[in-house]
Amino acid sequence: MVKQISILIVDDEESVRDSLFNWFIEDGYRVECAEDAKQALTRLESSEFDIVLADIKMPGMDGLEMLRRIKSLRKDSIVIVMTAFATVDTAVQALKDGAFDYVTKPFDPDDLSHLIRNASKQIHLEDENETLKVHLSSLENVENLIGNSEAMRRVYGEIERVAHSAAPVIITGESGTGKELVAKAIHANSPRKFFPMVSVHCGALTESLLESELFGHEKGAFTGAMYNRKGRFEMADNGTIFLDEIATISTKMQVELLRVLETKSFMRVGGNREISSDFRVICATNKDLKSMVEAGSFREDLYYRLNVVTIEVPPLRERLEDVPVLVDFFIRKYCSAMNRTVIPIDDAALIKLQDLTFPGNIRELENMIERALVVGNGKRITVKDLPFIKDSQGSSVESLDELEKGHILNILIKYSWNISAAAKALKVDRVTLYNKIRKYDLKSPR
Amino acid sequence: MDEIAMISFGYFEKQLLDAVTMRTEQAFSARISWKEGFLDLGDYYDPSRRQYDGNRILKVIDERFGVSKGKTIGLLSIDLFIPILTFIYGQAFLNGRSCIASNYRLSNERYGLLPDETLMHNRFIKEIIHELGHTYGLIHCSHPDCVMRSSTYVEDIDQKGEDFCPNCKSNLIHFPE
Repeated sequence: MVKQISILIVDDEESVRDSLFNWFIEDGYRVECAEDAKQALTRLESSEFDIVLADIKMPGMDGLEMLRRIKSLRKDSIVIVMTAFATVDTAVQALKDGAFDYVTKPFDPDDLSHLIRNASKQIHLEDENETLKVHLSSLENVENLIGNSEAMRRVYGEIERVAHSAAPVIITGESGTGKELVAKAIHANSPRKFFPMVSVHCGALTESLLESELFGHEKGAFTGAMYNRKGRFEMADNGTIFLDEIATISTKMQVELLRVLETKSFMRVGGNREISSDFRVICATNKDLKSMVEAGSFREDLYYRLNVVTIEVPPLRERLEDVPVLVDFFIRKYCSAMNRTVIPIDDAALIKLQDLTFPGNIRELENMIERALVVGNGKRITVKDLPFIKDSQGSSVESLDELEKGHILNILIKYSWNISAAAKALKVDRVTLYNKIRKYDLKSPR
Repeated sequence: MDEIAMISFGYFEKQLLDAVTMRTEQAFSARISWKEGFLDLGDYYDPSRRQYDGNRILKVIDERFGVSKGKTIGLLSIDLFIPILTFIYGQAFLNGRSCIASNYRLSNERYGLLPDETLMHNRFIKEIIHELGHTYGLIHCSHPDCVMRSSTYVEDIDQKGEDFCPNCKSNLIHFPE
C-alpha cells in the first residue's frame, strides 16, 4: 500500500496558493495551504507533511528562515523553496540550509510535476529503506528452532498450521523455552514474511512508556517528547507484532489493546489523527491467562480476542533428548562468536546435562555452555567446566577464588558483558570489576 | 442523465463542435447543451506574461455560467496561464461544477509543424474530456492510454486515448452505467 503524499503550500499570494492547490489535488496528493511562515510552522507542529513547498519572499518571516526552523524541528523533512526573483546567492543559501530543491516561478508544468515526483520518490524510498532495515534486523535474529523430540515436532506442526492465517496466536511456556523463536518462525513462514516482525517486551516497560511504544507519540505529547515518533503498531503494518509477557500489561492498556485489535486503528499519544495498520498479533506469556481471567486480573474479552490459537512450548525437562543437539548448536554459536575452533563436549558432561531439570530452560543451558567455553581449557568441555553440575552433585569443594570467578562470570553473562550493569549488580565499582576480569582472565565472547 | 453545458467564448468551427458534442456525449453518457458566452477577456489579460489568467477566468465562468445541475465547460482559444505555471491547456474544479479548456497551444503550427486539423481536433476533444473528468472527481491517472493521464506537451496528448481506463471509469462519480 503506497501512502498518499501530503504537501503543505506556503505562499502569501492567494492566487499562487489556489493554483498549486488545484494542481496537486488533481495529481492525487493531500494538500493544505498556509499564507505565511508563522501559520505554516503552527500547522507543522500539529500535523505531519511529507513535502513543504514555500515561497522565499513573504511578509514577516521569510522562506529561508522558515526552512531553517523546519529543519531544526524535523531534520529529514523535504522543503522546496520557490521564488519569483532568482539569485544565485539565495539558491545556494537555500540548498546549504537543507532545501531539497529551489525553483523559480513560473515553472514549466512538467518541471513542477517532476520536482514533486522526485521528492515523493525519495519519501517512498526512505519508507521502504526503513521497512527493509527492520525486516533485515528481524531476519538477522531468526535462529532455527532446534530439536527433534516428539514435543517439538508437535510445536512445528502447530506453527505450520497457523502460519498462513492471520489469526492471533498466544504462545505459552515457561521462561527461557524459546517463545519468541516460535513467534519468529510463525512470521517467517507466513505471507507477511517480507514485512517486519516488531517485538515489544511488555513486562520491561511502564504503562506510559508501553503506550508510547505501541502507539507512538506526537511531538510535545509529554515532557521530553521532542519529535514525533512512530509506534510499534504502525511499524508492523503488513507484518506481525509480537507482544511478549502480555500478562503484565495494566487494565488500562488491556482496554486500549482490545480497541486496537478490533478496529486495527489507533491514535498516537497526544495526536488527533486515526492511523490504520494491518498487523497480525502474536502474544507470549509464561502465566496462565485463563486463571488470570477467572481471578479478574485479565480482561475476558481481550483473552478471547487473542486466544484464537494457542501454542504451548514445552519446557526443556520434557524434551531432554534435544539436549545434545542444543549443546552442539550453542558450542558452534559461541565458538564462532569467539573466533575459535569448534570443540567437542565429553560424553560424561553430556550425560550429566541430560540429568538436570533446567528451571531456566534453554536460556539456562545456553548460559552454561557459554560459560564453559569461557572458563574451560579450550580443548573440550568436561564436567569440571559445568559448575552447576558440580554443585548439584555435591562434589569437590571450590576455592574462594574459583567461586568468585564463577559468580562474576555468571553475572557478566547475565548482563551481556555490560560492565556498568554487572558492576552495579555485584555492588562494586567498574574499576574493581575490570581488575577482577583481568585477574581471572575472563574474556567477552563478543 | 447528466447535463453538460458547453459555453464557447470566441469562434469555433461547426465541424469541431459537432465532434466535441458526439465524443463528450459518449464519454459521459450525458446530454450536451451549447451556448455562446461573452466575457471581456481583456480583464484577465496579463501584459507582463502576454497570457490570460486561467484561475480568474474559471472562477468567473463558474459564477456567471455554471449550471445548477450538471457540469459546465468554457471553451476558449486563448493562451492560458496560472501564476505558478508557464502555461496550461485547461483548468477544473476537482469534483466541482466547472472547468475550462483552450485549443490555443494545440495546433501544429504553434510548433513549426505542418497544419493537421484532425489532430488538433482530437487533442482538443481529449483535453475537454480530461477537464470534465476532473469535475467528475477523477485525479490524474498513470495508465498510459487513459484520457486522465497528465499531459504537459501536445505529444503527451497524442500518446493517450480519448477514453477512461477501467479504473477511472469505475471511479467516475455519478457515472451512469
